[in-house]
Amino acid sequence: MYLETPRKFRALVSQAHQVAANYLRPLSRTYDRAEHAYPKELDMLAALLDGMNAGAPEAVGAGAAGKRSEGAADGVRNGGNLSACLAVMEMCWGDVGLLLSMPRQGLGNAAIAAVANEEQRQRFASVWAAMAITEPGCGSDSAAIRTTAVRDGDHYVLNGEKIFVTAGARADAVVVWATLDRSLGRAAIKSFVVEKGTPGMTVTRLEKKLGIKASDTASISFQDCRVPAANLLGSPEIDTQKGFAGVMETFDNTRPLVAAMAVGLARAALDRSRTLLEKAGCRFDRQRPLLVLQHAEACWHRYEAEWEAARLLTLKAAWMADNRMPNSKEASIAKAKAGRMVGEVTLGCLALVGAQGYGEDELLEKWARDAKILDIFEGTQQIQQLIIARRLLGKSSAELK
Amino acid sequence: MTTTLQGHALALLNRLARADWPDRFKLRKPLEGLLLRGSRAGFRLAGRRSAHGSTRPLLSGPGELFDLSLSEEQQLLRDMLAPFAVEVMRPAALEADAQGNLPPALRAQAAALGLVHYGVPESMGGLAGGPTALTTALLAETLAQGDLSLAAALLQPLSAAHCLRRWGSTEQQQRWLPALLHEDAPHYALAIEEPQVLADPARPATRARKRGGQYRLDGEKCLVLQGGQADWLIVSAQCSDGPALFRVSADADGLSRQPEPAMGLKACATTRIRLRQVKVERDARLAGRGFDHRVFLDLSALGWCALAVGTCQAALDYVIAYCNDRHAFGEPISHRQGVAFSIADMAIELEGMRLLLWRACARADRGLDFQEQAWRARLFCSEHAPRIGSAAVQLLGGHGFTQEHPVERWYRDLRAVGVLNGAMPL
Repeated sequence: MYLETPRKFRALVSQAHQVAANYLRPLSRTYDRAEHAYPKELDMLAALLDGMNAGAPEAVGAGAAGKRSEGAADGVRNGGNLSACLAVMEMCWGDVGLLLSMPRQGLGNAAIAAVANEEQRQRFASVWAAMAITEPGCGSDSAAIRTTAVRDGDHYVLNGEKIFVTAGARADAVVVWATLDRSLGRAAIKSFVVEKGTPGMTVTRLEKKLGIKASDTASISFQDCRVPAANLLGSPEIDTQKGFAGVMETFDNTRPLVAAMAVGLARAALDRSRTLLEKAGCRFDRQRPLLVLQHAEACWHRYEAEWEAARLLTLKAAWMADNRMPNSKEASIAKAKAGRMVGEVTLGCLALVGAQGYGEDELLEKWARDAKILDIFEGTQQIQQLIIARRLLGKSSAELK
Repeated sequence: MTTTLQGHALALLNRLARADWPDRFKLRKPLEGLLLRGSRAGFRLAGRRSAHGSTRPLLSGPGELFDLSLSEEQQLLRDMLAPFAVEVMRPAALEADAQGNLPPALRAQAAALGLVHYGVPESMGGLAGGPTALTTALLAETLAQGDLSLAAALLQPLSAAHCLRRWGSTEQQQRWLPALLHEDAPHYALAIEEPQVLADPARPATRARKRGGQYRLDGEKCLVLQGGQADWLIVSAQCSDGPALFRVSADADGLSRQPEPAMGLKACATTRIRLRQVKVERDARLAGRGFDHRVFLDLSALGWCALAVGTCQAALDYVIAYCNDRHAFGEPISHRQGVAFSIADMAIELEGMRLLLWRACARADRGLDFQEQAWRARLFCSEHAPRIGSAAVQLLGGHGFTQEHPVERWYRDLRAVGVLNGAMPL
């Protein structure tokens, strides 16, 4: 049993923290104010990170997650899922919106890593991929997807509307969920890589949002959009036995990543509020019992305990993925805990600092806005609760609705 | 020829084999099966340990990797104790709660399992081969799945052994520890808690003043687990050079004991203890190098967290079965989100409690500083354990409020977490 940051990732973590502190954080307020402006500084950073990753055995970004280790595992593994989570925590200590806008680190990349075959993995290795699941008429209920994909020779023809596509206008490609046959339900839902500029694919609007303004959120329309058949990720067969499991596997890898974002963001709020509270006279002395501490200090300690629980749950889910253990429940537990934690902690830390925390001179108010999305995308709090409860109670989605 | 580790294990096994309680509980077959598997692996581990001439425990994985897996030995202990917790302790818990004491038969059964061996060094006939925090936490977690109060009471000999081993001098250990392994071992209790409101547990109000070759102890200790039955008490007191632990005879002049029932922990027969000018010899003070009262309190807080984790797991398992079985409006109540989400929340927070506990223990076992982690584990468990206990009662509705189900007892017991600090060092 050893629940510390493994030695082999310490350099990576420290590097990611340097990037967050010295590159992302100084841009935070700029791109919070300039919603929809392209953070051009990230291109250079992405190139730098690509260079670093090329030389490192374990990569930094989302694409590293989802690589399930190949061959016979000998002993305990700490691999791409764990390193990605650790790096994402640090980067999001810098800025969540900017991380989500990092070229080639999109959630679509995690999806490709999770379900693509070897040929596809190589072909899309340097592609920045966004993820398009949600539609105007379906959010959490992704089985109700209406976007259709119809086979026509060497192509699939896509028709439908997608909304809430993170980095959808900026990414090189979008991973689109579409159904091959609506009458066959979940089993017929497949994911397709649609490259930017494919005729029939149009970005129709960019959302104005509560937070993560540095990250663009696009609506994309597909009208007779022809996608090469080789861009269907995974198997084209409709396996009603396996059902939805294929595309849902993506979530087992991406949910811990979103949980890691929440952990990093919450840490930023904890660190900043602590600095300000110390200036105001709080001593943060663990030699004294909790009951006699100042209220602000005691609250802060409680937030930090919540934070650590979320952090460990996240690392557990990633560790299980690295060690090829089924982790759907644990991924949902991590996401649920981190999502509720980050809201409570960022709003709470803001309040501990008072009026100063509410003003735009501090980033605390921005972090409290950014936090909310982390309890929503990749499955809301309530969706995670449903998944966890179904697993615990042994219920199907028809029984526990 | 000195007895080897395998020898000690065999002696332990023999004592269990002679006991008649496994027959009464129709547990002999399953226990034998478990022991056979357990001892095989246990002996293999013991052999490996002695082959390497090292007292370090086997680490479960390469030391520098994040690793949640338990060692073979830890997994076996869990597998062996879980049926004891559920099949033997759970059925005895209601009556023990009503009577307000630990049934002597259960105490004997637990003694036969040899729990206290995990607090006594191998060189003195025990099985404590190295760091003990995580292994003890797992023992507590597993037993508390049977019942929190019974587990706390049954673990008192082990808690005492940990105290004497961790903080006694070598000479004191040799004098006191081997007796704990005897069939008629003296009973110990840990008198740490004090009744003052908003007091700092790190600075006991109980005083120990030096008078010639003796100390005189004055003060009051509350809610001492198994305090009435104890032959010996381990008492924390403030000396001129800081807090210290003393081994005090329960019959000493000036020491009085009185039952002090509480909200829960009934089976622990909680006791108020008053010390007026109690004289103890100088060498009754635990004199091992580097006694650190903070570390003592941190390890003990983790012991309470471990009990909380076990009982919250029991509560979760209980409500899952109940809510799947209970029908209302034509379907199991677990088909309702209002019910199901509450159960999901219990599981989410419980897993958080467990990981905070394990991390702090793993750090303690490696000799890393663990004060912060223990602080957070205690804070988190003291908030979420009572909440989980409360949710369990709520999910059973009016039935949960009655003693027909164990959840009302666990509700009472779980509130002790974060309130009591002493008595459970790992």
